[in-house]
Amino acid sequence: MKAAVIVFPGLNRDRDMIAALTKIGGAEPAVVWHQDADIPDVDLIVIPGGFSYGDYLRCGAIAARSPMMDKVRERASKGVKVLGVCNGFQILIEAGLLPGALMRNTSLKFVCREVKLEVASTDNAFTSGYAKGQVIRCPVAHHDGNYFADAETLAALEGDGRVAFRYAEGTNPNGSINNIAGILNADKNVLGLMPHPENLIEAAHGGDDGRALFATLLNKAA
Amino acid sequence: MTLRNDIEITPQLVADHGLKPDEYQKILDLIGRVPSYTELGIFSAMWNEHCSYKSSKKWLRTLPTQGPRVIQGPGENAGVVDIGDGQAVVFKMESHNHPSFIEPYQGAATGVGGILRDVFTMGARPVAAMNALRFGAPEHEKTRHLVHGVVAGVGGYGNSFGVPTVGGEVEFDARYNGNILVNAFAAGLADTDKIFYSKAEGVGLPVVYLGAKTGRDGVGGATMASAEFGDDIEEKRPTVQVGDPFTEKRLLEACLELMATGAVIAIQDMGAAGLTCSAVEMGAKGDLGIELDLDKVPVREERMTAYEMMLSESQERMLMVLHPDKEAAARAVFEKWELDFATVGKTTDDLRFRVLWQGEEVANLPIKELGDEAPEYDRPWVEPKIPAALAANDVPQMDVADALLKLVGGHQCSSRRWVYEQYDTMIQGNSIQRPGGDAGVIRVLGHDSKGLAFTSDVNPRYCEANPYEGGKQAVAECWRNLTATGAEPLAATDNLNFGNPERPEIMGQLVKAVGGIGDACRALDFPIVSGNVSLYNETNGRGILPTPTIGGVGLLPDWQKSIRIGFAAANQPILLIGGPALRGTHLGQSIYLRDLFDRRDGDAPHVDLAAERKTGDFVRKLIRSGVVTACHDLSDGGLGVALAEMAISGGIGATVVDIEGHDPILQYFGEDQGRYLLTLNLDPQGDEIAALWNEAKALGIEAPWIGTTGGSDLVLGKAKPVSVAALASAHESWFPNYMSA
Repeated sequence: MKAAVIVFPGLNRDRDMIAALTKIGGAEPAVVWHQDADIPDVDLIVIPGGFSYGDYLRCGAIAARSPMMDKVRERASKGVKVLGVCNGFQILIEAGLLPGALMRNTSLKFVCREVKLEVASTDNAFTSGYAKGQVIRCPVAHHDGNYFADAETLAALEGDGRVAFRYAEGTNPNGSINNIAGILNADKNVLGLMPHPENLIEAAHGGDDGRALFATLLNKAA
Repeated sequence: MTLRNDIEITPQLVADHGLKPDEYQKILDLIGRVPSYTELGIFSAMWNEHCSYKSSKKWLRTLPTQGPRVIQGPGENAGVVDIGDGQAVVFKMESHNHPSFIEPYQGAATGVGGILRDVFTMGARPVAAMNALRFGAPEHEKTRHLVHGVVAGVGGYGNSFGVPTVGGEVEFDARYNGNILVNAFAAGLADTDKIFYSKAEGVGLPVVYLGAKTGRDGVGGATMASAEFGDDIEEKRPTVQVGDPFTEKRLLEACLELMATGAVIAIQDMGAAGLTCSAVEMGAKGDLGIELDLDKVPVREERMTAYEMMLSESQERMLMVLHPDKEAAARAVFEKWELDFATVGKTTDDLRFRVLWQGEEVANLPIKELGDEAPEYDRPWVEPKIPAALAANDVPQMDVADALLKLVGGHQCSSRRWVYEQYDTMIQGNSIQRPGGDAGVIRVLGHDSKGLAFTSDVNPRYCEANPYEGGKQAVAECWRNLTATGAEPLAATDNLNFGNPERPEIMGQLVKAVGGIGDACRALDFPIVSGNVSLYNETNGRGILPTPTIGGVGLLPDWQKSIRIGFAAANQPILLIGGPALRGTHLGQSIYLRDLFDRRDGDAPHVDLAAERKTGDFVRKLIRSGVVTACHDLSDGGLGVALAEMAISGGIGATVVDIEGHDPILQYFGEDQGRYLLTLNLDPQGDEIAALWNEAKALGIEAPWIGTTGGSDLVLGKAKPVSVAALASAHESWFPNYMSA
């Protein structure tokens, strides 16, 4: 199982993501700079969190239009798994790989805290290491995580089991519609989520609820 | 408008540059002619209070700055302390007070940016940040706006840059109504053999400009920061810089990449007074001259004059001296990160600071004198008047439970969650203890078990009443907070915020506070390795409370053994370690008096430094022995508030027994110093705890068993029980209610 982490200037949780993939997968992922010619032959592409291009336009909008994202889109269409976390999720949405929009948090403030997530679907390559309906802990840290989609899109997401994670137990930190925290594409090989499972994988983090996501992806025991 | 360079130097122009007539005379004597307009600007930038420390230098020299672990003390961009295994922690605290009052978001943001740059300029990757914020009275009309802006600015910059905020302070007092304090701390990790300094070496080497382009923002900022505020402050908004954390993040990565290539001989970030200060410091420290060609400086505005370029405080810029044979490799790194890279000058052997602009030499000044011969003052000062101690029977009464709820839910002692949840506290994945405890703790990357603890402390009420004891107390509390996590305090940085030093009573506060800081640092082996002085913090003649903020760093051999403040389990004995046998006795300058009776009288509590050290060393030893399950130092609000905080944090109640015949108000709300609360995983009737008590007794340390954890109420002696839920609700409500009102 090989993984690659795509780095755009301004991303800043790349090191956290690389550490999680390395610790859980046992091998360091390839690190791909946005100007590199190509993405190596991998089974999993990860776009980590941060503030690509400072988020000076809509979050993720500039990175989404880079040539590197054409390469990601091409791999995704061939079935390669793609995971976008936080700014990575925003980039995937801006790039059209996932539907809907991520708006400013209803508080209008950046929020960093731990929330509860319900694993809303498990019939995919990302969340099958959890039980359906299981509630896990997970940190969030974002300013624009308020998920929105029109009624038709929402119906499709809900109807096809494409909502992967939902904020649970009243912990929705941003006003997301239907408490949506993470969604899958139609083929269920692309997952985007606002929370940071990579920051809850070991004792030092105060828990390891995020570990199963990566362990499943990397074919390792959690 | 474009400023010309051939402006006549009039006495008014000199005064407008913040230079006194005798200082101007010193310039005339030094260069033997009338300075050009650009030169006048350069002098004003180098000789203002902010850059030259001219009022404080005499007293700063008295501080202890050396120790077995100190690699670099004050005088560089940041202090450097050895943490073993070839690793070092690099840290500093710096103020951005004036800009933050004028434009809170950008003022605070660029304060964070500046301190991060100080740290990575030394070759260290920033791993932790803190912010000590002081605002005016909650009811003052500007306070909410300033809190909103400053907190958003701190978060906006730090979150985007990618450093976890692990601690800090937020306080309110009417004395900051017209002059808030924003003190930003940053710490980074570096290898001890890969520290970078600002001292240039070698003649004829390229001086390279890196980072963002130069604009007109911040022209005159350091001079502005060295003056009092009047009613015209709104006009000073253009002197505040605008931060760009995206560029700073790229600058960090590019600098670290460049340093790894071995191309860097010297590096200095452009902070206050930008190009002027950085170039002069690099040259003066290396006994070299510097020649700058301003036509090569990347600019983002047209028709900038030499004066403007030399005084611009545009952010996210660096100056370096590079190995000439590695210039191409260096350029490639910066092109990768899409940052400006321009050779703008060279080092020379003539000890002159020469500036060329459009083919003309607009400045030619002696570089050593510019840096080292700034005026230095022994300003007159008067001994502060210490208020009389409270009479022993002056104990205003109130129901203990009611008082506790009011204090825990008041502006001073309530939770700062509203603030710190706007900061990314877990990025980098190493945050072991996040804000809300005694100190922030991170694990050290590249080592199996090591951790670092960080805290920032000062009690301005105490410093106002008794500057010497207040200075001591700030250091002692910082040292105590580190100790309470189990860390060994290593070293500190000081950020001295005071009013106008030209007033003898303000100078007296500074002199005595620095004296107290020095004495405490010596007694606790806790050297000051970096710092910053911010004077003229006053508006319309009214000074702030004297606020010497101390940022401290401690080392944990094993972060897994770091201790938190929350009660960990029920049925554990609670011990009060240190302080007087009567537990609490000192009510002068307490939060109890100030916030419940609107009284600001009495002397500040005194710190017994020998007892402080003995008690702290004993507590640390207990923590490291593994018997301690929770630990919290006692500060604002005394024993009562500390117990409440431990109960709230752990979600577990406790029952505490009074001392018969001693006023419960003094017991629970006295602010005597040098005290810790501990819970232990020991049988209170067993041999182990008996041995502990014997040891405490032999050392002369009070260590009474005052109560036991458990239940859902906090019961303080005969006072009515208060549910932990009610305490938590009061504690968490004040800030969000205030900000949404």
